Amino acid sequence: MALPSKTASRTRSAGKFSPLLRRMVANRYLYLMLLPPILFFLIFEYKPMYGALIAFKQFNPYLGIENSPWIGFRNFEKFFESYYFWRLLKNTFLMSFYSLIIIFPASVAFALLLNELRVKKFKSAIQTISYLPHFISLIVICGMIIDFTKPGGIINSLLLWIGIVNEPIQFLILPEWFRSIYVGSGLWQSLGWNSIIYLAALSGINPSLYEAAVIDGAGRWKQLLNVTLPGILPTVLILLILNVGTLLNVGWDKIILLYNPSTYITADVISTFVYRRGVMEADYSFTAAVGLFNSVINFTLLVIANRISRKTTDSSLW
Amino acid sequence: MVVKRSLGEKIFDSLNIIFLTVCSFLFLYPMWYVLVSSFSDAYAIASSRVTFWPVGFNFNAYKLVFEDARIWEAYGNTLFYVGAGTAINLVLTTLGAYPLSRRNLDGKSFFMAFIVFTMFFSGGLIPAYLNVRELGLFDTRWALLLPGAISAFNLIVMRTFFQGIPDSLIESGKIDGANDIKILLRIVLPLSMPVIAVMTLFYAVGHWNSWFAAMIYLQDRSLYPLQLILREILIQSSAQNMLSGATQDEVFRISESIKFATIIVATLPILVIYPFLQRYFVKGVMIGAIKE
Repeated sequence: MALPSKTASRTRSAGKFSPLLRRMVANRYLYLMLLPPILFFLIFEYKPMYGALIAFKQFNPYLGIENSPWIGFRNFEKFFESYYFWRLLKNTFLMSFYSLIIIFPASVAFALLLNELRVKKFKSAIQTISYLPHFISLIVICGMIIDFTKPGGIINSLLLWIGIVNEPIQFLILPEWFRSIYVGSGLWQSLGWNSIIYLAALSGINPSLYEAAVIDGAGRWKQLLNVTLPGILPTVLILLILNVGTLLNVGWDKIILLYNPSTYITADVISTFVYRRGVMEADYSFTAAVGLFNSVINFTLLVIANRISRKTTDSSLW
Repeated sequence: MVVKRSLGEKIFDSLNIIFLTVCSFLFLYPMWYVLVSSFSDAYAIASSRVTFWPVGFNFNAYKLVFEDARIWEAYGNTLFYVGAGTAINLVLTTLGAYPLSRRNLDGKSFFMAFIVFTMFFSGGLIPAYLNVRELGLFDTRWALLLPGAISAFNLIVMRTFFQGIPDSLIESGKIDGANDIKILLRIVLPLSMPVIAVMTLFYAVGHWNSWFAAMIYLQDRSLYPLQLILREILIQSSAQNMLSGATQDEVFRISESIKFATIIVATLPILVIYPFLQRYFVKGVMIGAIKE
C-alpha cells in the first residue's frame, strides 16, 4: 500500500528537490508529537539496555557505568558455575511449564464450555464473575493465599473436616507445595481472563458452518469436533507457541510475596534471585549479568517461537 | 436454532451449567469470605467458625482501619498516583499512537520497530533500577510515574483504533486548514472515546494495584501507596507470625481482625466500579487481539 502513494507524491512534486524533506516539513507536527514518547523509550527502555553493560564490568557506583573497569564474561562464568544456577533454571522452567500445561488447556476448555451455554444472561454473568480475579491486586491475592493456607485457615480446616489429613499442613513452609500453590492461584487469577481471546475466536466462526453441519445431521459433539475446534485452532496454536516462547520469563511479583528461605529450594527463580541479590544486597554487576542472561534467553526463545508460528500458522508477532 | 435436544445433550447442558456455577462460586468465594470475615469477631475467625456468614457481627475492624493514620495517608498517595500517573500515561500514549497511525508518515516503520522491540527485550531489573537512581528519581513520587509511563502494548492498541478512523475525516480537517494538533484534538480524540475509556481503565487499575516500583524506589514512608501498607499488614506480619509460631497473643489478634477490613477498604473501589466497566476491559483485549 505504501508504494503507490509514494510514487504519486513523487510525480506531484516532480522537478522540486527532495520530496521526502517536503513531506517531513508538512508532517512536522506529527514528528513533534512523537518526540516525547520517543524520549520516554530512549530514557527508560534503551538507556537501561545500554546500562546492562555493567554485566561485563566491575561496577563501582562512584565511577559510574562509563568508567567502571571491564571484566569480560567473569560475572557470567561466576553464575554458570555457582551451585544455584541449575536450581534457578529448573525452578524457573518448572514454574512456567506447570502453569502452561494446566492453565493453558483449562482456559481453552473454559471458553468452550461457556460457548455451549444457551442462556445469554447466564453466560455473561459467569464471564463477569470469572474476569473479576484479574483485577484484584496481587498483594490482596497473596494475602488471601497466606491466610487460606495457614494452619487454621479455611483450606486446612476443610481438609481436616473431610478427614484427608490428620493435622494441618504448613503449605507455605513446605517446599513441595510451592509450585502447586503458585499454579493453583494462577489458575484462579487468569482462567476467565485468558478465555476472552478464545471466546472472541469462537464468535468469529461463521454461523453458516454450524447450519450446514446440522443439515448434515451432526449433533453437538460432532459440531464441536468438526466446526468449533478447527475454527479456533489457529488462535490456540499462536497462543501456545507464544507461551512456549516465554517459558523462562517468570515474574518476581507473586513469588517474592509468597516465598521465604524455607521454600527457596523450589520457589527461587531467576528474577527473584536478581531482585534479592541485586536490589536488596546491591550486588549490581553480578545480578545484571544474571538478568541479561535471562533477557537474552527469553528473546531467543520468542524469536524461535515466532518463526515457528509464522511457518505453521501464518501469523506472527512481527 | 429450535432443534430438539437429545437426552445426551440435555444431560451435558445440565452438567455444564452445574460445573460453571461451581466455578463461579470458586471465583467469588475468596472475596466473599474476606467480606464476611471483616465483619466478624476476631476470635471466631481464628477458631475457623466463619464460613458463609459473619459470626459476631461488628464494625470493630473497620474502626481500627479508619483510625489508622498510615492507611489514610497511603490512600491519598494512591489516589495521587492513579490520577497523575494515568494522566501522564494517556497523554504520552496518545502522542505516540496518533502519528504512527497516519499512513503517510515517513520513518513510521522504524519508529514502530523501535517501540515494539522494547516489548520483547529489556535490559533487566538492575539496569532499570540504577537508571532511576542516576536520574535522581529515587525516593521521589516521579519514580512511580515516569518509568512505565507508556505501555508499548497499549500504544499499539490505541494506534490500531486510530487507524480505523476514516481518512476522509482527517483530510477534510486539513482542507479546512487545521494542523495535525487540531485534527487530533478536534476530530480524532472525540471519535476515540471507547479506546480512551479502555486505556484509562487499564492504566488506572495498573496504578491502583502497583506496588513493586514503590517497594524498590521509595524509602520515605509518607510517599507509600496503599498497596505497600497492605503488604505490611497482610504479608509481612503474617510471615512473622508464621515463622515465629505466634498465634495467640494480642498483637496477632489485632492484625488478624484488621486484615480483612483493610483488604475490603483497598479493593472496594475496584469491586464497585468493576461490574459497570468490565465490558470496556473486554473490548480492550479484543482491540489488542485484532492486531495479532
